[in-house]
Amino acid sequence: MRTETEIGYNSKIEGDVVVTRVDAALNWFRKNSVWPMPMGLACCAIELMAVGASRFDISRFGSEVMRFSPRQADCMIVAGTVTYKMAMCVKRIYDQMPEPKWVIAMGACASTGGMYRSYAVLQGVDNIIPVDIYISGCPPRPEAVLDALMKLQAKIGTQPILENLTAVKALQNH
Amino acid sequence: MSALESAQKIKAKFGDLISEPAEFRGEITVSLADAEQILPVCEFAKKEMGFNYLVDISSIDNYGDQPRWTVVYHLRAIVNGVEIRIKTDVNEEKSELPSVLPVWRTANWHEREIYDMMGIRFSGHPDLRRILMWEGYPYFPLRKDFPLAGKPSELPGIAFTKPAPLEGGPFVTVAGGKDAISREPRIRNPEE
Repeated sequence: MRTETEIGYNSKIEGDVVVTRVDAALNWFRKNSVWPMPMGLACCAIELMAVGASRFDISRFGSEVMRFSPRQADCMIVAGTVTYKMAMCVKRIYDQMPEPKWVIAMGACASTGGMYRSYAVLQGVDNIIPVDIYISGCPPRPEAVLDALMKLQAKIGTQPILENLTAVKALQNH
Repeated sequence: MSALESAQKIKAKFGDLISEPAEFRGEITVSLADAEQILPVCEFAKKEMGFNYLVDISSIDNYGDQPRWTVVYHLRAIVNGVEIRIKTDVNEEKSELPSVLPVWRTANWHEREIYDMMGIRFSGHPDLRRILMWEGYPYFPLRKDFPLAGKPSELPGIAFTKPAPLEGGPFVTVAGGKDAISREPRIRNPEE
């Protein structure tokens, strides 16, 4: 659509062209289509369902496509108590997710073990996988999950992509 | 037939093996002197007395006392709603008693849970594996001498455990304190 406003760029000169950096564009695609892997382990998973439902509606942030296969997911949301019995399964599912991948630890249990100072519960999922965003709460409100998702989007938006590419590295070495 | 009459009938059948029925808050408990006889007692309770529902089997660790284990059977007759409890003691050296699985098939998982948490074995059980913890976990976590924080263990590729940080805990709430400060959860060690 041709626009007559001159905010951002001059359409008379440039036509329907937006000038940006390649990694900014790639990050923009990425951060607005974060497909979550719902690692629902306890009561937090119920709140996670509420985040996906119509009242809170995670699809406003491009993340409504809950993938129950880790191979199609970008962001694992660990929702609930990680027991030692489940810990290796969580790690194995995380390992099956393709790069780039992110992790949100939802709630007190996933972040620190929560109230379970116990022989049976892993004291924070960051003992086995790297966590990008921690959400407090027991369980967190759905708004808190959306806030975490927005913070994750902000983080994704600043991640350098191009300098990690093999071709770019070869150029820099020249 | 009331719970008391049921208990007296069981006592009439088995004589000295069964204690006098004890009543507490309207609930009847009898003790069985010889844990090896649990199967015929339960068989009688189901077939002759109509206790067709095994509500639960629980176990107690009388740590420091002899015999160490008490196993408690909670029976219910669905037809008339009567409930009784049968308790029996097992010493630590033996740590084994007969399975009641031939009488109630639901005993299968109850007995597996007791084996998992307390380490009491049930002879005649067809599949006595752990039910909550994984095969190869070396401890029985509901024993009184097992620390609340847990112990380290490692089973490569399956699971690992580490002691949980208690930060000076356990944090215990005392019921019946005179104000909120004395009731709130605080560090209270058992010996204090």
